[in-house]
Amino acid sequence: MISERTLPLLSAIAVLLILYGYGSFAYNGFFGLRLAGYLLTDNAFIIVTAVGMAFVILSGGIDLSVGSMIAFICALMAFLVVKLNLHPLWAILISVLVGTCFGTIMGTIIAVFKIQPFIVTLAGMFMFRGLGYVINTQQVKIDHPFMTTLSDFGVYIGQGELNFVAMVMLVLLAVGVIVSKYTRFGHNVYAIGGDSNSAALLGVNITGTTIRVYALSGFYASVAGILFAVATGSAYPEVGIAVELDAISAVVLGGTLLTGGVGYVFGAFIGGMTFGVIQQLINFDGSLNAASTRIVIGVLLLAFILMQKVILIWARKVTAKPV
Amino acid sequence: MNMNVATAVDEAPPLLSIQNLSKGFAGVRALDDVSFSIRKGEIHALLGENGAGKSTFIKVLTGVYSRDAGQILFEGEAFHANNSGHAQSLGVSTVYQEVNLIPTMTVTENLTLLNQPRRFGLISPRKAEQRAREMLERVGLNIDPSEQLDHFSIAVQQLIAIARALGTKAKLLILDEPTASLDADEVSRLFELMTELKAQGISIIFVTHFLDQVYRISDRITVLRNGQYVDTYNTAELPQSELIRAMVGKSLDELSKDTGAESRAVQDTLFAIDQYGKQRCLEPVDLTVARGEIVGLAGMLGSGRTELCNLIFGVDSVDSGEMTLAGQSQSIRSPKQAIDAGMAYCPEDRKVDGIVAELSVRENMILALQAKRGWLRPIPMAEQKAMVEEMIDRLSIKTPNMNKPIGELSGGNQQKVILARWLLTHPQLLLLDEPTRGIDVGAHHDIIEIMNELCEQGMSLLVASSELEELVVFAHRVAIMKDRRKVKELTGSEISQQSIVAAIAQ
Repeated sequence: MISERTLPLLSAIAVLLILYGYGSFAYNGFFGLRLAGYLLTDNAFIIVTAVGMAFVILSGGIDLSVGSMIAFICALMAFLVVKLNLHPLWAILISVLVGTCFGTIMGTIIAVFKIQPFIVTLAGMFMFRGLGYVINTQQVKIDHPFMTTLSDFGVYIGQGELNFVAMVMLVLLAVGVIVSKYTRFGHNVYAIGGDSNSAALLGVNITGTTIRVYALSGFYASVAGILFAVATGSAYPEVGIAVELDAISAVVLGGTLLTGGVGYVFGAFIGGMTFGVIQQLINFDGSLNAASTRIVIGVLLLAFILMQKVILIWARKVTAKPV
Repeated sequence: MNMNVATAVDEAPPLLSIQNLSKGFAGVRALDDVSFSIRKGEIHALLGENGAGKSTFIKVLTGVYSRDAGQILFEGEAFHANNSGHAQSLGVSTVYQEVNLIPTMTVTENLTLLNQPRRFGLISPRKAEQRAREMLERVGLNIDPSEQLDHFSIAVQQLIAIARALGTKAKLLILDEPTASLDADEVSRLFELMTELKAQGISIIFVTHFLDQVYRISDRITVLRNGQYVDTYNTAELPQSELIRAMVGKSLDELSKDTGAESRAVQDTLFAIDQYGKQRCLEPVDLTVARGEIVGLAGMLGSGRTELCNLIFGVDSVDSGEMTLAGQSQSIRSPKQAIDAGMAYCPEDRKVDGIVAELSVRENMILALQAKRGWLRPIPMAEQKAMVEEMIDRLSIKTPNMNKPIGELSGGNQQKVILARWLLTHPQLLLLDEPTRGIDVGAHHDIIEIMNELCEQGMSLLVASSELEELVVFAHRVAIMKDRRKVKELTGSEISQQSIVAAIAQ
């Protein structure tokens, strides 16, 4: 069970538990379903974005466009519902389709013309941000009874509320985990992230897999945008700035190697929750300001990357079998 | 004669029949009208020196390259693979020298990739592992398939790669240099497996440069040279010296030395190495080069020629032995030290190690001299131009002007520019690895002329080459390498193609 493969994820879980345990010990009201439910909701859209990002990173790529994608999808939702008077269900469907299409286009450019994903998605990042401003430059309230129904929907488990946003996140997380582990597409993603030359010689369709990876990331980012719109009931163009970096950090904190091929999609959830717990610790403390969150996350990220290197070196030494 | 024998036995239709296969790259014929066939259940060695066309052949066969002309019949039907995956589904699987599996995935995931057993549309890990175990059993491996691939040695990974290749109803297995990174025991294990597969009716194309292994395992041998088909032989009927001749010799008539390259008495030794070697790379070698002498390094591909050059120049570090140059003991650990000591090296692969294609002829030429002076002391432009001008003239390099990017020159002229680069540093010892590979006949001649001229002027040269007829012409002494060892040294009138071949075949 504990091996070179699982150790980064296990240590990510350990870090999360330690932080949570510390909070429960130090502060009243930290431990319990109420905060757990809140954490799930509050970090849902980071986690959803990070699940898509996990696929991209596992395939050896990067997607910088997701933060802008969230802003663009929010703006699009507002436009469709408020200006065009579409039912939110239709707006959601159209937004997800548009987001997935943009992801597909970026993936196609990356795969067919063999351009670095960093540059292509950086271009996407600027474009989607700009497109968001084109649709509306100010904050818009998305007023529709259906949107309110969605955001109010939830089941109580004890004191904790599992609301619509958290449910969608958990479902999409489960889908992501299953796709990565139990489908050929998922295995192909690991293969091209592990060694794309070998993968090609083994017969993996590199182009098709790459396109689908970015399409999937576009899909997850657009769902994150919709969750944001539902949760806040509004859209403004500055939404989601630097969320791509938060998502990448969540993936890395969840034990996935930035070089691709190694890690678990489930780690995105752990990483995202770690973010949330740190934030709550700082909130509960009260004496620290918001900047401390960033500092702690920065330190944790560094520690994690160093730890992965150490594990790798250790694993090479210990587990190399002279069969 | 051999062909007659072959056709007489060849009653059953062959499994694979290659007819007039050709493939060119930018005007160079990498495969030129090649025809031969592979029988069912035979181990067929495919041999040839570097650039003979072996890997091009494999890539054309498996659809990695498209063919220019020719036909391939597999089980009597036209065979056209679009890529290696397609070739595999048609029954032709390839295992390359570098294991082409995914190091970060488990053995099971590697073995079942693209072909995972599924239940209700999702991969069943249990069934996948079961299938992986069956595949491993076929190659006699008893390992835990849930472990990550890179936890296993290269030899085991190689067997896993073969297991994967066999897994999908392979009828023809191509093994490209499978033994290059294996030790003797691992090779034996691989050979047992090959014999077993042969008994099951699987045909194997075995590409290697280890001739003794060819004799140990193969039934027939096909030799390619310069992209052309030489012949197919029954292994048992072919003496090793004949085989070597088929691989390297352009003509079989005895070419004796006709130049005045008599052995110079080794009275003035410039360069000597004593027990120079490195584990798993080169067995300790003794060698001397006198002032104004050309010493040839002969041997087949993989014999240790290039390794020796790399060790002398500090590209690789030795772990035993001593070197003296011009009376001083040297400890060379890097090319920079070698250059400072007065050596220069034109490596084998010009395109990879030698030229900087985008830079001009002038820039390429002054590179080594500038590096030797240090980058803080630029050579004045006027001085550069004068030096380059002189070299272009002296080596008759054909270029419209010195500012042309070197990549646009012909191979022969590129080689001359590289030679000029090192001559500008005024080395005492010049190392050349395959100086005439891939260049046209005229340039060939020029380069040999230049080498002779240099040694007249008192420079010492150490030249590694697989072109025996050339070595015979210019070398004063020839050291013969085999299996990463120096096996013999020939001097003066002893040097002939025949004697070199005999020494290699021993």
